[in-house]
Amino acid sequence: MATLEAAPETHDAAAAPPLLAITDLTVSYGPVRALKGVSLHVEQGEVVALLGANGAGKSTTLRAISGLVRPRAGDIRLRGSSIMRLPPAKIVRNGVAHCPEGRRVFASLTVAENLRLGAASREDASGVDEDREKLLSLFPILRTRRNQTAGTLSGGEQQQLALARALMARPSLLLLDEPSLGVAPLLVRDIFRTLGQLKRQGVTMLLVEQNLSLALDIADRAYVLRTGEVRLSGVAEDLRDGERVAEAYLGSR
Amino acid sequence: MDYADYLIQQGINAISLGSLYALVAVGLSIVFGILRLTNFAHGDMMMVGAFSTLLSSLAGVPFLWGIGIGVVAGAAGGMIMERVAYRPVRGAPDVTLLLTSLAVTYILENLGILVFGSSPKNFPLPDWLDTSWEFRDGALTFTSINVLTVALTVVSLLFLGWFVTRTTTGLGMRAAAEDMGAAHLVGLNVNRLIVAAFALASAYAGLAGVLWAAQAGVVQPLMGFTPLLKAFVAAIIGGFGSIGGALFGGYLLGTLEVAIVAFLPDEISPYRDPIVFALLIVFLLFRPGGILQPNREEKL
Amino acid sequence: MSHTIRTRLIVAAAILLAAIVAVFGPGLLGDYFTRILLLICMNGVLVASLGLCNGFTGVFSLGHVGFVATAAYVNGILSLTAEQSASLLPNLPAWLSGWGMHFLPATLIAGLVTAALAALVGLPLMRLSGHFVSVATMGFLIIVNGVLVNADEFTRGSRTFTGVPLDTTLPWAMGWLVITLLVLARIIYSPIGRAMRAVRDNAIAARGIGINVLRTRLLAFVVGAFFAGVGGSLYARYLGSFSPATFYFSMMINQIAMLVLGGMGSLSGAMIGVVVIGTMTELLRALERGFSIDGVTMPPLFGASQIALGLVFILIMIYRPTGIAGGREIVLWPRTSTRPAPSVEEAPSRN
Repeated sequence: MATLEAAPETHDAAAAPPLLAITDLTVSYGPVRALKGVSLHVEQGEVVALLGANGAGKSTTLRAISGLVRPRAGDIRLRGSSIMRLPPAKIVRNGVAHCPEGRRVFASLTVAENLRLGAASREDASGVDEDREKLLSLFPILRTRRNQTAGTLSGGEQQQLALARALMARPSLLLLDEPSLGVAPLLVRDIFRTLGQLKRQGVTMLLVEQNLSLALDIADRAYVLRTGEVRLSGVAEDLRDGERVAEAYLGSR
Repeated sequence: MDYADYLIQQGINAISLGSLYALVAVGLSIVFGILRLTNFAHGDMMMVGAFSTLLSSLAGVPFLWGIGIGVVAGAAGGMIMERVAYRPVRGAPDVTLLLTSLAVTYILENLGILVFGSSPKNFPLPDWLDTSWEFRDGALTFTSINVLTVALTVVSLLFLGWFVTRTTTGLGMRAAAEDMGAAHLVGLNVNRLIVAAFALASAYAGLAGVLWAAQAGVVQPLMGFTPLLKAFVAAIIGGFGSIGGALFGGYLLGTLEVAIVAFLPDEISPYRDPIVFALLIVFLLFRPGGILQPNREEKL
Repeated sequence: MSHTIRTRLIVAAAILLAAIVAVFGPGLLGDYFTRILLLICMNGVLVASLGLCNGFTGVFSLGHVGFVATAAYVNGILSLTAEQSASLLPNLPAWLSGWGMHFLPATLIAGLVTAALAALVGLPLMRLSGHFVSVATMGFLIIVNGVLVNADEFTRGSRTFTGVPLDTTLPWAMGWLVITLLVLARIIYSPIGRAMRAVRDNAIAARGIGINVLRTRLLAFVVGAFFAGVGGSLYARYLGSFSPATFYFSMMINQIAMLVLGGMGSLSGAMIGVVVIGTMTELLRALERGFSIDGVTMPPLFGASQIALGLVFILIMIYRPTGIAGGREIVLWPRTSTRPAPSVEEAPSRN
């Protein structure tokens, strides 16, 4: 047995169910088991970081939450009700927006059209307009580029667009997959500053990030995954002791 | 008759033929763009459209309404085809999709023969459409069908342009064509988008079928076969999957075909179809992304 | 090794059996069943050769029938006597007319012509992949058809080409089938065949281990085209008269349905498809003509057999895209050491 163990995933049954609760999630790609019984939870208003090396299962966890991969076992509950068998569109409608790794903006569509599709799951037209205005103020560069096709934006601008597109769904939970990947270092700081602003506004986030210090700066709590299992979890400040995290990352003793 | 008249006449022919190719090619590209499906059965929606219009005019429905019925029938046919044949194989390898569509076209054409017989049926036109105008002592002729073809093509393509840039469904179709996974993530109902794409594509095929039949004066179950093959060429010239490219390719091909017949010597012009398909192969080899997109590599 | 000896014995026994059936079959079976057997043999040649390229290299060609058509006309032209070509094809160049050539040399020439044609068109086409190669080879088929329809002085255009002697008897067809299967098996279960499967399963990896992808595909395409030429020759001298429409899309769909139903990627799959669809078509033909049982009259349903064929085809694509044989050779004897395992064999058998 490893000396490091994940803190047991407990929850006070009497309290309201957490916003997101994942129990014993198992996901396989063919014969390869990508997740081997992952359990974690995210409370309303929290920012939770999901850390780990490449291939640890971080993105798979997010993809399972969004319904892009079908888990083999376990459960994913949003405010107490299972969303695990729902199609991706329904999951977005239930308030989970996913800002994917590599941005995945629609390159041939304009910035405005991308934002519009971000709200595809919503029916409140006036609320959508209001949110768009808010987001364009939050990301002023998108306002100046609103009629440009997304493919012409820089990496950092595309990341902002991807973030804004996800927020257009007015999510109760935002899944963020590597927002710093492929973005110039200066812009990374901008993006995390914006994420901090969003946190203060009460947006709940589950964040996958390779950059440990950035992630732990913004997160309230964190989980460290290795080879498809939670190896370590705790309050972000407690995890700043790099040695423990490194051990959980790499499995060294 | 002087040469300028001849050129103008050929130009009219080219636009008229190109419109039909464009209408068929657009639908092929819409479906290919979103599903990577090379849909051989697309041409059979022309048959569905044309026969629906024929049956409705035999039942006494006014011709313009009949065209609408043909379009709707084409759309319905496309939706049924998607549900029954293509949805079960969605996500399968390219070749499986292509073979499924070959089987679908085989079934539909033989079903058409079974129901309507294989001989061509007369396609009656109302008097107001059965007219032609002559200019410059007969050197220039165009029929009201030419005019109707071009007019309906322009109107329907303007509609398409509005649809794919202004409606959420249209934007969603373009988004899904570009990145299906991201389309799921933003909460688009991809199933519904695919059905919409088939309905839209097949509606255009239905319209093309009605206009094709009106130009030819007859309908028959295999009528969609040749236009479909030509539309493939048009779509690939324009860049398979691109709507604008399909339009461009359609008019380019129409012009090219008219030019081959009009300007090449009589020994060569019968070889129009071999020339056109040789062009297809050249494009697949050297410009697989079409004229407008030289860098898209599909080769090994 | 004893394995090889046993394999040879079995091959010899199969050839002997084929010879017996071919010689004595017609007398025992009667005209109707002889004709069905003959069709199965001819289609066996065509579908097995189609499977070489489409099933083993992963290049799904829709142009095979283009070679069949070319060969049928080459063989047909070579078969005509001087008087026949004078009346049927008055404008035929002198060097082509009046050969009155015997079946065997004409078939070999037709096969070589189609193989050369395949080498020529394959050189560009085999560079393509996926549906692009399918669409491009379909373009080739359309080009061949367009040329045949327009090259009046050689082909009588879209009119019927007649006067070809009806030489295709069961011994010929069965003999060619045996040769086809032996040659193809020899290629498929050799290092070259392994290279083909490697190219099919992962072209980039195959290139990485030093396989020349283009040359491997081209070889399969050319050999397949040679036997398409043989099959086309058999068809030409079986039908006696034909037109470009004989060798076009419906023949293509028929052959592809056979290959896909039986299962791409094995010779037994191809043969199973030929037998199953051949039999099914015959049975449905009765339905098509209409019949009456106990006073209930069934009206003729033209096209019913094609519709059924298409439905079977779709069901196969949905439920078992690897076909009946599922990429395996169905063998009646235990596996021998000469046969390398194709990668798909690791999947558990459902047969």
